[in-house]
Amino acid sequence: MKRTVPLLITGIVGTVLIVSVLIPPAQSLGEDFSLFFDIIAVFAFFLGGGNLFRIHLKKVFHRKEDYGFSIVTLVGFLVTLTIGLFKIGNPEGISGSITAAGSGLQTIFVSIITPLSSTMYALLAFYVASASYRAFRAKNREATILLVSAFVILLGRTPLGMMLTGWIPEQFSIFQIPNLAVWIMNSANLAGQRSILIGVGLGVVAMSLRLILGMDRTYLGSDK
Amino acid sequence: MSGIGVYISLFLIFGGLVTILVYSIKGRDVDRRIIFAFVFFATATAIYYNIEFKETPTTIVKNVFDRLESLPEGSKVLISFDFDPAMKPEVFPMANAFVRHSLVKKHKLYLMSLWPQGQALMTETIEDVIKVEFPEVVYGEDYVMLGYKAGNEGVLNVIITNFRKMYPSDAHNTNIDSIPLFDDVKSAADMDIIFPIGGGKPGPKEWILFVGDPGQVPMAPGLAAVVAPLIYPYYPRQVIGLLGGVKGAAEYESVLRSKYPRFQDVPAPALSMMGPQTLAHIVILSFIVIGNITFFMKRKKANA
Amino acid sequence: MRKSTMIVTLVVVLLFIASWIFKTMTAPEVDSTFDALTQGFLVTFAAFLTLAIMSFLYQDNPFYKFAEHLYVGVSAAYAMTLGFWSTLVGNLFPRVSETLCGWFQVEFSGQHDWQFLIPPILGILLLMRLSPKGGWISRWALAFIVGTTAGLNLPRFLRSDFIEQISGTFLPLLVDWEGFGHFFSNLSLSASGQFVAILSNFVIVSGVICGLIYFFFSKEHKGAFGSASRYGIWILMITFGASFGYTVMGRISLLVGRLTFLMDDWLGIISG
Repeated sequence: MKRTVPLLITGIVGTVLIVSVLIPPAQSLGEDFSLFFDIIAVFAFFLGGGNLFRIHLKKVFHRKEDYGFSIVTLVGFLVTLTIGLFKIGNPEGISGSITAAGSGLQTIFVSIITPLSSTMYALLAFYVASASYRAFRAKNREATILLVSAFVILLGRTPLGMMLTGWIPEQFSIFQIPNLAVWIMNSANLAGQRSILIGVGLGVVAMSLRLILGMDRTYLGSDK
Repeated sequence: MSGIGVYISLFLIFGGLVTILVYSIKGRDVDRRIIFAFVFFATATAIYYNIEFKETPTTIVKNVFDRLESLPEGSKVLISFDFDPAMKPEVFPMANAFVRHSLVKKHKLYLMSLWPQGQALMTETIEDVIKVEFPEVVYGEDYVMLGYKAGNEGVLNVIITNFRKMYPSDAHNTNIDSIPLFDDVKSAADMDIIFPIGGGKPGPKEWILFVGDPGQVPMAPGLAAVVAPLIYPYYPRQVIGLLGGVKGAAEYESVLRSKYPRFQDVPAPALSMMGPQTLAHIVILSFIVIGNITFFMKRKKANA
Repeated sequence: MRKSTMIVTLVVVLLFIASWIFKTMTAPEVDSTFDALTQGFLVTFAAFLTLAIMSFLYQDNPFYKFAEHLYVGVSAAYAMTLGFWSTLVGNLFPRVSETLCGWFQVEFSGQHDWQFLIPPILGILLLMRLSPKGGWISRWALAFIVGTTAGLNLPRFLRSDFIEQISGTFLPLLVDWEGFGHFFSNLSLSASGQFVAILSNFVIVSGVICGLIYFFFSKEHKGAFGSASRYGIWILMITFGASFGYTVMGRISLLVGRLTFLMDDWLGIISG
């Protein structure tokens, strides 16, 4: 019951979805299974939210270190959930778009989620700069190739590249840095990414087959 | 005045970089916060003085522009907002440029999203671009907001064969059968071009695998710079072109402005970003050079 | 609380209030959804959160922790809400319940599709993972998710990432070939020239083959095989260099976006 049923479900669902590509009459079944998947994905959101709520509630309940910040998480979570689920402040009412301009959820998105999310990632610019100074060294041949390639791309993707090498005549225009950057992207980068893509593609196919045939059961965890 | 300000700022930045070089050569440690301050100052200076450069479109971007340009009036264009605010500065200008280009060419616009945050950004596009710059277009006849659906590639696997099954209604809960834009649309394969915009999962790659290839629909992804190199292997067979990062967006904005003068006065955020971008690149390249000079000098000393 | 922390907090609060007042006084009146006071507060709060996250660059501090914890809570609830309204209300309720459709004011599909009771049941089983004892039953839902992902991915990756990629690598090594005479008389290093196009295709064909050879570990990398593998590494290094360059570009763009918000939307100091 604990292992056989999940293995059967994986096998049947996987097979049906593959068959639905090959046999048109099975297409509708493939669509239904995909829709089931979409609906379950929402429950996965609930699972994530529920788990977050439980962990922070425990932290507050047991007065663990920095539990005050867990209260911030819980308040942010509950306020957003309430505003979103009841469409509070939505000018289009309950039947309107959840993200209607001026609605509570849209305001939260613009004034809270946007600054937090984008600044969090913007911080990486500083760390990339620091890493460039401290760690990006031409230690050997391979590292030098990597460094030169990065250098050409960084220059070539800004107007500076053309300012520096725009004087090179058309007959040798491949040495103009922007052209060189484009050439690198369209040839060497394409070749390297393609060899990785082929490898990964084969890996995904093999892994999918192992899962559907029940040969890989790691996702079921242990029975302990 | 601003000219003098620019030169003083540039002098300070380059003077500072030379100081760092001297410090590094002397073997002194440069605090990471000084590096951070440099990046901040260089970027802020270029933003403050609004330094702008002219952009020339590359072939890979021009291909996208030309394809949309050559489609007959009333063609069906689908734009998917598969991104969040963390990617917004790079890819949001692309989305807005595609919307402007599609509407000025009188194409039919279908907006959807595979990311929850995408729907809120879609609202921003509708409020700030469509309603302001194209007051004549009619919802349901010229554009439709389908909104977000959960399920990643599961969503794509349904819309490639049956749009109505996945989207029984639009984001405003209007039955899809009562929307004129869907009169002759059965699936995503009926689209004339698709612009998947994003840089994560699900994103442009999933669109190529689940819609572009099986449905033989022309795909023109707008990509965050981080994933752009990964999509090049699909060019030119599986995607007709691509926009990579803010540079790609700036090229598209530039070609759109030169073709349609009415867009000269509308905001072109990607073009404005290329000034700060360039100065920040110079600072980072300088750091790489300084770091390597120090490295080689130390190695020479050690070998001596 | 330490005295220095109290002073910093007080300064931040005062600056926040000052910004709020200033932004309220300078708020644009046209076409705004909110009154000036709310507009002033929203812009100030967004700027405060931006600076709170940026303060981490100096060192970890309570303002950063506040912003970080708020982000986690709000984002999780936002995704749940969007998922609920878009997919449960939009796709599930119209297929299973007329009553629920009435509550949430969505159109009922007209017929009950009973098979659509399966996903909510599996969804509830998935939520059992939160229960200390019934966690094992969530495997059924997990099995459905894994099976769907495997079934969806297998044919698509096989077609787009394997067959199409191999097929796309078979490129002509002599592009626009009209004989040696034509080739040598037009020889140039122009970016749009024939020689560069030939070189490009050569790099793609040889690069893909040698890149794959590098990943082939069943045979020792020596001799001709080793040389091909080494060439494969070089190609991969160029690829990683390009990726690094693009990554830097992307991160800088995000920083520019945030600084533009601070300097334009908040402080309003951008010249020109």
